[in-house]
Amino acid sequence: MRRDRRGWAVAALGELSKLRSKEGRATRAPSERNDGKAAVFFLAPWFVGLILIVAGPLVASLYLSFTDYDLLSDPNVIGMDNYVRLFEDPRLIQALYVTFSYVLISVPLQLAAALGLALLLDRGLRGLAIYRSVYYLPSLLGSSVAIAILWRQIFGTNGLVNQVLEWFNSVQPLIQIGTHGWVSHPDYALGTLMVLNVWTFGSPMIIFLAGLRQIPEMYYEAASIDGASKRRRFISITIPMLTPIIFFNLVLQLINAFQTFTQSYIISNGTGGPVDSTLFYTLYLYQQGFRNLDMGYASAMAWLLLIIIAAMTAINFFVSRYWVFYND
Amino acid sequence: MRRAVKHVLLVIFGALMIYPLLWMVASSFKPDALIFREPGLIPTEFTVENYRHGWNALLHPFSHYLINSAIVVAGAVLGNLVSCSLAAYAFARLNFRLRGLWFAIMLMSIMLPIHVIIVPQYVLFSELGWINTFLPLIVPKLLATDAFFVFLMVQFFRGIPKELDEAARIDGAGHPRIFVQIMLPLSAPALATTAIFTFIWTWNDFFSQLIFLTNPDMYTVPIALRTFLDSTGQSSWGAMFAMSILSLIPLFIVFLFGQRYLVRGIATTGIK
Repeated sequence: MRRDRRGWAVAALGELSKLRSKEGRATRAPSERNDGKAAVFFLAPWFVGLILIVAGPLVASLYLSFTDYDLLSDPNVIGMDNYVRLFEDPRLIQALYVTFSYVLISVPLQLAAALGLALLLDRGLRGLAIYRSVYYLPSLLGSSVAIAILWRQIFGTNGLVNQVLEWFNSVQPLIQIGTHGWVSHPDYALGTLMVLNVWTFGSPMIIFLAGLRQIPEMYYEAASIDGASKRRRFISITIPMLTPIIFFNLVLQLINAFQTFTQSYIISNGTGGPVDSTLFYTLYLYQQGFRNLDMGYASAMAWLLLIIIAAMTAINFFVSRYWVFYND
Repeated sequence: MRRAVKHVLLVIFGALMIYPLLWMVASSFKPDALIFREPGLIPTEFTVENYRHGWNALLHPFSHYLINSAIVVAGAVLGNLVSCSLAAYAFARLNFRLRGLWFAIMLMSIMLPIHVIIVPQYVLFSELGWINTFLPLIVPKLLATDAFFVFLMVQFFRGIPKELDEAARIDGAGHPRIFVQIMLPLSAPALATTAIFTFIWTWNDFFSQLIFLTNPDMYTVPIALRTFLDSTGQSSWGAMFAMSILSLIPLFIVFLFGQRYLVRGIATTGIK
């Protein structure tokens, strides 16, 4: 595969900027053949999908966001009402609070774990493949309903965590840790889901490992000859060379984390409880759209979600200018 | 010495990481009461009752849901392989008007959250009478809406030497033939990565299956597990664990046999 390890988010931006540049417009010289007919054939399924399944619904959801619509009767245009309601809805504010707390706390922790382990595993460690598999496994399974069910038991009143804590409290008198029904306590329920997200650090770890291997060995050799210490080499070579990968992981994991749904649904029986403490944005959207059939409001929520994710990504790209180092 | 310490730490940490999984497997063979008392792995009392009970706890035997999930997954994998590779060939090898613009649109659609389009999609599919069929879960894949894989294959196709298709063209082969006889056989790794990730994502997918499948006859594994949780509450963890384990086995098999493609796919593109 191509050696660009920065992935699609960056590729997309590159492609867009190319469009605006002269170079991009000039890529198709007039003398070159035109495969218009073949292109129609090869692109037909994608194009139909784009129009009917993606772009059409996107426009439709913008329209529905200005209406009152319950699926049974025709949509009724009500102007900006849904959007005004967004800012007056305490549960929506709560959903934003829950989602942002989750994203802003668990994503940096997850990436820190991924980076730390990747650094430990680099440099021809024996048994690398086995460690990598073991650390990656939770990422693969983590988004399933089965793991969410496991989490609900582990952090339940008589769950595994409390069993271990009780054992720990009983074998030594010095440190006593209180046990709770973690998932049923409004102060801790969201925390258990953050732990779940950190637990799935394996896939960003693999991206970091690939990135570490991309750093040319000669940089380290040159630095050693110049007398740079191990620490100095880490700070002046490894970290700067890794910033594009850190950035890419950050963009990706933020977008992913913002759309968390399954785990909060399973842990709270679809309610977002206890006391809305796990009311993730997408869960609230689901409740409004598909339980209350308040599809106009759900569409307005969907557009707010799109705006937030787009803004978050744009801010990321903007700030990246100040800390991401591109060697090329 | 330092190296040994490092290995010890890595092993302890790894064991801690997968302990919950191992414990779930062990607990699925324990009577319910022991699940709440035994944090250890070796059951003091061994039983397969959980599997028997869990298998028959819902309206249909659990095999029914496994088969439903398998149908959805098979359709999604086939759909993605065919439709995404077709589109990718056009973007990687064909010259056509506004190619850059279409490519950029395709890349942007990767970032579009499903939640933004799910409401109108639901309206569309219910107008078509597709709710409670597998069509809403399969047809979009046949139309390359998982644009991510289009991107993945474009990247791969671009790495295949152009001389190969130039030579075939001189020999009189058209694009369909070049696609089928040259590009596809050389793209096995990209196709495998696509198939594996489509499998995992579709098998784990909860959100869209929850929305489009409300009839218990059509439930897939994730929805069946959710129903199990709702109907029995906290009372039969053993059976629930047993069925959860069953639901994870296909993923685990893919993990064992497809690791090479998984690792490479994640490393090059950054998917989960």
